[in-house]
Parts: sequence; structure tokens; C-alpha cells
Amino acid sequence: MIVPVLLLILLALSVAGFFLGRKKASAVAKSAGGRHKLHSRPNYYGIVTGLWCCLPAFFLFLLWLIFEQRIVTSLVIADLPPTLQQLPRERLVLIVQDIRNLATGNIVSGEITPEMRDAAAHFLELQDIGTMITSVLVLVVALAGILFFYRRITPELRARNQVEIVIKSLLIVCSTIAIFTTVGIVLSVLYEAIRFFRHVPVTDFLFGLEWSPQMAIREEQVGSSGAFGAVPVFAGTLLISAIAMMVAVPVGLLSAIFLSEYADKKIRAVVKPLLEILAGVPTVVYGFFAALVVAPSIRAVGSQIGLDVSSESALAAGLVMGIMIIPFVSSLSDDVINAVPQSLRDGAYSVGATRSETVKHVLIPAALPGIVGGILLAVSRAIGETMIVVMAAGLSANLTANPLQAVTTVTVQIVTLLVGDQEFDSPKTLAAFALGLVLFIGTLLLNIIALTVVRKYRERYE
Amino acid sequence: MSSQKEQRPVAGNRGYIRQKKERTIDIVSRRLAQRYRKEKRFKLYGLFSIILSTVFLAVLLTSIVSNGYSAFFQTYIKLDVTLESTMLDRENLGKSDFQGIIKQSITKLYPEVADRKSKRELYALFSSGAAFQLRETVMKNPGLVGKTIPYWVPADDDVDMLMKGHSKRGVPENERRLDDRQLGWIDKLVDQNRIEKKFNVTFFTAGDSREPELAGIWGAVKGSFFTLLVTLALSFPIGIAAAVYLEEFAPKNLATDFIEVNINNLAAVPSIVFGLLGLAVFLNFFGMPRSTSLVGGLVLMLMTLPTIIIASRAALKAVPPSIREAALGVGSSKMQMVSNHVLPLALPGMLTGTIIGMAQALGETAPLLMIGMVAFIVDIPGGFTDPAAVMPVQIYLWADSPERAFLERTSAAIMVLLAFLIMMNAVAVIMRRRFEKRW
Repeated sequence: MIVPVLLLILLALSVAGFFLGRKKASAVAKSAGGRHKLHSRPNYYGIVTGLWCCLPAFFLFLLWLIFEQRIVTSLVIADLPPTLQQLPRERLVLIVQDIRNLATGNIVSGEITPEMRDAAAHFLELQDIGTMITSVLVLVVALAGILFFYRRITPELRARNQVEIVIKSLLIVCSTIAIFTTVGIVLSVLYEAIRFFRHVPVTDFLFGLEWSPQMAIREEQVGSSGAFGAVPVFAGTLLISAIAMMVAVPVGLLSAIFLSEYADKKIRAVVKPLLEILAGVPTVVYGFFAALVVAPSIRAVGSQIGLDVSSESALAAGLVMGIMIIPFVSSLSDDVINAVPQSLRDGAYSVGATRSETVKHVLIPAALPGIVGGILLAVSRAIGETMIVVMAAGLSANLTANPLQAVTTVTVQIVTLLVGDQEFDSPKTLAAFALGLVLFIGTLLLNIIALTVVRKYRERYE
Repeated sequence: MSSQKEQRPVAGNRGYIRQKKERTIDIVSRRLAQRYRKEKRFKLYGLFSIILSTVFLAVLLTSIVSNGYSAFFQTYIKLDVTLESTMLDRENLGKSDFQGIIKQSITKLYPEVADRKSKRELYALFSSGAAFQLRETVMKNPGLVGKTIPYWVPADDDVDMLMKGHSKRGVPENERRLDDRQLGWIDKLVDQNRIEKKFNVTFFTAGDSREPELAGIWGAVKGSFFTLLVTLALSFPIGIAAAVYLEEFAPKNLATDFIEVNINNLAAVPSIVFGLLGLAVFLNFFGMPRSTSLVGGLVLMLMTLPTIIIASRAALKAVPPSIREAALGVGSSKMQMVSNHVLPLALPGMLTGTIIGMAQALGETAPLLMIGMVAFIVDIPGGFTDPAAVMPVQIYLWADSPERAFLERTSAAIMVLLAFLIMMNAVAVIMRRRFEKRW
């Protein structure tokens, strides 16, 4: 409860600092001979005062929030009775966890001993003392900040530049978040994947032909080791993506060509928003549609003509995924086709080519790099798509090229392995991260190639 | 073409010239009809693919609407509930046996049903949540104690499905969810005008439930709201700040190039990978609570950030340089130029990009599965650190349920979600139209 109160007080102090600083600046200016003697406008002096009040105090507070648990826990452990302290490390960790739960009023897993009750009380007490000390410190630092800057305000002080430096550093920090996200993804996935590869060799994972990650609980049971050969999973991913591309590329490309070369304004005004709706439908809706409508109807048609279609066939998932990607392909191709200079079209028409000949022999060759880049991006999307396959594709890893059978994909496996209970020391859970690593690297390569191709292409006509 | 070649004399150049020359115009005219046919065919292919996409969209929407519209109504059964003061403790109303009262009023309707097994079958026609609802009504209005009131209780989902015609009476008894005796009881209710379809308020006010007739989307809507609030509060300022720096201040060097490559790549990274990041970093490393809007919002923030940055940069690029030059010319600093002149002009474009990013985040499911937002959560979340579901995840969970009644509820939830999305996109389009300036 004390945290928001403290933050509010800090905010109030900063606002007070702002007004104080501004007033002082005005006063200083007056005694120096007018507003124009001041380097910056009075508001800037106020802002700097406010910043001096809140920034150092806030960092101090943040430090406390980060280290609070660790400090308090180590103090509690140090004060535990010696009988408990001599326990092996794992037991001790469990007991500390229980103490913490006891203190915060959560459910405690083990039985509660009087020592633990004492320790929990001690924990709370230490926490209170720590919070008190920090609160006082934070407020002192905030006031000291105001005082420090208040006394330094002179007409020569370059307050505006100081404010701008702070804002600019803030902007830089914000723009580096993208880097941190990438680094975070790489590190987190890589770390768990390496732990996985300690259990299962990389070559077994990448080239093994059998995938059955369900591990038995007891050692002596059959299949207790699990099988982590990911080739069937990769093959299933590629099969579904291929089906999706077979739907999306022709339909998307032809729609884009029709819209940019044939359709008049009215049709474009109607069709483009419709395609945008198709693009805006959440993937979970497509997944529901695939499982509810498409898969049963494909099965029904299959049984009519005497084919045995699995109820979770790759065809259904791929088809619906293709529908999902149509607007993606069409908008990307629309962009690149429109970027082809009009002079190329005019040249083709002037030698007597029909529209379709212009498209086939002039526009598409000219726009090919852009179209290929767009298709690669679409492939990367198909590979990474999750909800459609989770809801409409199967779980069993079949190594097959038959689109009527059930296959599984990388994303499906990640979801099934990670939803529910996770044990971060079993290869079953860690396998998800290894698959995630493959997925990330695969899509990253596709994206890099696609983005370079598209950029090169754009530069050619700009 | 090939047949022409064969006719050509082999005598070489001289013989070729001597033969009566076919004029180019003849070749062209001969092929003209064929070329026009090709042209027509190509145009038809284009038209066909457009029609195909629209048909897909139409089938998708109609299948969802036709499955889901009936979920907005729910079958209710009227009972004459006698709130006997002997069964209700005025001091301690909350703990009284409302289940017993409901059962009593049911038995009053069917005095002929006596043995235990039949009674259980009879009670199964009524929602198990009836007692809770009665309890709430009486708690709100303690004056009812001692009176007999007509009270509408929700019917069990099997009855609901029967009344809506989703499950048929014609099928053999052992394949039906309701046996012949239960159908007879329902017919009696119909005869007495005690059964009626009413607007399904529960669907919009309740949280998740194992019983379809008691399940609602309000919990998921609130979860989505909290999650998106976290996402918006973080990604909007951070995205704009990053875009402003990269577009207005950043020097052209290796570091900024690297940032740019990173942003473009992140925009195309599969969303589930962000879920892995959230699981490993936010949950395992920082120890944040699972299944909460806070963590969900953080993950979605990382995911939508590239979209917002890219859109904001485009909006900044669209502001003409003359404005910047004018501001610098009258002596403002670069920061003043950006904050007083460029940013206000680019803001509508940035907001549009943000709304589109938020719409994306609202429909996202996969990364949230990774951070444990798939739990079965009955309580309606009241804050950022409460366990919560979001709408797409709720749809996913219901889609997995075997009951027929959840099918229509899933479709109805999809309709609500799509309505939100269309609304957001419409706002974005309107804003673009109203505020976009072309210089």
C-alpha cells in the first residue's frame, strides 16, 4: 500500500519543485534586469528542478524494489535457527518459499512449524523496516534534489539544454528497446535450448525421424526417454505452409493484379476494405472456422468420393491459413506493382501489347524481386502461424506428404508442450524452446532475405 | 509457329526472299483473336480470385453469425418459488439452503416424480446456477422471505439446445442428451407457458463457467481491457519516442542501422516467439505472476511496438521539411521544433497506427497461451495483477469444449470480438480521413 502513496508524494514534490524553480528563476531574472537576461525561459528552470527531485529518488526506489526480496530473504535465512540452516540447499529454498507464502498470506505447501511462523513474522518485520527506511531515504533524496538545484539557479544556467539532454536520452533509451527485445528473445530461447541439447544431442533433434515428447513419469515405464527427432514436425510445418501458399499466392497475386490494372475506382473502393477485413480477422477465429466448417466439409467430400480424410487433415489447416494470408500477399504485391513506373506500361501498350501481355511480360518481371520478397514474408508468416494449426491440425507427428492425413507443426508442438504444467528441468518442456529457436532462426532468415530483396527492389525504381 | 518454319524452303537466304512474303500484319491479325481470348481469360482469373476471397469472407462471417446469433437468447423456465421462512434464516440469508428451495418448487410442478433417480433427471433440466441466482435476488431484497414469487431460472444447456432446435427430437433415444421422459416434462412446461427464450443477460455479465448457460464473456472483456490498457500505456509513449528519435535525431550510423534492422525484423517475428520471451523473462526470470493482464500486456507491448514505431515514422516522414526549417529559422531548438511543430502535425497518423496496433493486440492469442492465460478463470478480474482471460483466449477455450451450447457461445463471443475490432478499425479510418493532411 505504501508504494503508490510514496509515488504520489514524489509526484507532488516534483510539481512543487517545478513551481519553486520557476519562481526562483523569475526572481533571479528580475534582479538581473529582466526576463531577457535569463538563458532559458523560467519554465525550463522549473522542469529541471522537478527532474532533480524525482529522477534520483525514483532510481533509488527502483533499486529497492529490485533488491528488496533478495536482501530481506538473506537476512531471514541468516536469522533462522541453526537446525534449519544446516539443511541441504534445496530444502532450505523450499522452506524460505513457504515462509514467504506464509508472510504474504498465500497457500503454504508444507506443514507449518512454529519456527517458520516466527520466521514469517520476522520476514514481515524486516520488510516493514526496509520499506520505512527506503521511504524516508527517497523523500530525503527528493528534497535534497530540489534544494541542490534551487540554490544553483542563475541567469547563466542553461536549463533548456539540460532538459533537452534528459529528453533526448529518454528517446534513445526507448529506441533501443527493439534491440533489447531481440536480445531477450535470443538469450531466453537459446539458454533453454542449450539446456535441452544437454539432454538430447543437436543432431538427434535436427535429423531424428521420430517425435514423441510425452515422457512417462516413472523411469522404468516404456517410452520414459521420449523421442525428440523433429523432422516430422518440420515436414508437417512445411506441408501446411506449402498448401497455404498454393492458395494464397495465386489468389493474392491475381487479386492484386486485377485491382491495380483492371478494376475501376468503384470496385477498388469496395474490394480493398473487404480484403482488409479478411486481414483483420483474428487468427483464433480462422482456427475456429477451420475446425468447425472447413475440416468437416473436406472430410464429408472425401468420404463421398471414397477417400479417407483425417478429421484434422493438413489440407483444412493449410486451406484456411491460405485464406488468412491472401490479403497479406495481395497488399504486398499491390505495393510493388504500383511502384513499377507508368512509363514501362506505356511502352508496352505502345508496341501493341494487350493488358495481360503487359502484366505478364513487363510488370511481373519488373516487379519480380518485390513479389518474391513479399511471398517470402508470407511464408514466414505461414510458418509462424499458431492458432489455426493449434485448433485445426493434429498433434501426432506423422512423416507424410499426404495432405489428407493429420500432421503437426512446430507451433502446435510449442503450445502443447508449454500449456499446462511446466517443469523446467525436463526435456519435454525444454524441447519447446529448442523448437522455438528453430522457428525464430528460420523466420529470421526468411525475413532478412525478404526485407533485403524488397529494399533493393524499391531502390531500383525510386 | 513451328509449321511455318517447316514450310520455309531450305535453299537458304535467296530462296526465302523469292517466296511470297507473308506480311507481319497478317501474322498479327491471325493471332489477334487468340490474344484477345487470352486477355479475357486472364481478366477472368483476376475477377475470379477477387470473388473467391470475398466468398471466403462471406462464408466465414455467415457461418459464425448463423452459429452464434442464437446465443444472445437463453431459455428460461418459470418456477413458483415459495420462500418459506422456515427454510430461510433471516439473520443468515447467505447460508440458507436455496438449492433446497429450488428443488422444492421443481417437485411441486411435477408431483408425480417420486424416486431418486427420476428426481435427479428432473433437476438436470434446470441450471445448477439457479440457486445462486435466487440467493442473490433474495439477498438484495430480503422482504421476499415468506412469499411465493414467480421466478425465471435458466434452463440447462441441453434443454436450451432443444428449444433452439440445435438438437433434434427425431434421433434415437440413446443418441440424445435428453431421454423421452425428460422430453415429456419439457412438453409440460411448454404447455403451461412456463418456458421462454429471453435475452441472455448472463452472457454479457458473467465470467467463464463449466456450465454453458452460466458462462459469459464479461470476465474476458475486462481481462482484454486491462491487458490492452497496459499495452497502450507502454507502447504508445515508447513507440512514439523511438520513432521521434530515429526519424528526427538519430545520426546515420551503424548503431541506428542496427536498431532499424531489429525493428523491421521484430515486426515479422512469429507472435508465439514473443510468448516464449514472456515465459522465460517475465515469468521465470522476474517472477511475475502467471495468467495476469500485467504480463499479457507487457508481452503484447513488445509485439505491437514495431507496428507502432513503423507507423509513427511514416507519419513523421509525411510532415514536410519546410515546417522544420521554418521552426528552426525563427530560432527554436531542435527539440522545440519537434515537440511544438512536427509532433502535433504527425500525431493523428501516429494515433491511427497505434489503434491498428491495438486491434492486432486485441486479436492475439498465441503469446498469451505461453504465459498461462489459458487457465479456467471464473472470477471477473478487478485489476492488473488478477488472473484473467482475454477474449481470443476465451474463444479458444470454449472452442475446445465438447458441449453443443459452447459452440454457439464461441460464435457469439467471436461476433463480439469482431464488433470491437471493426469499431477500432473504423475509428482509425475516420481519423485518417479527418486529420490526414496532404502537403
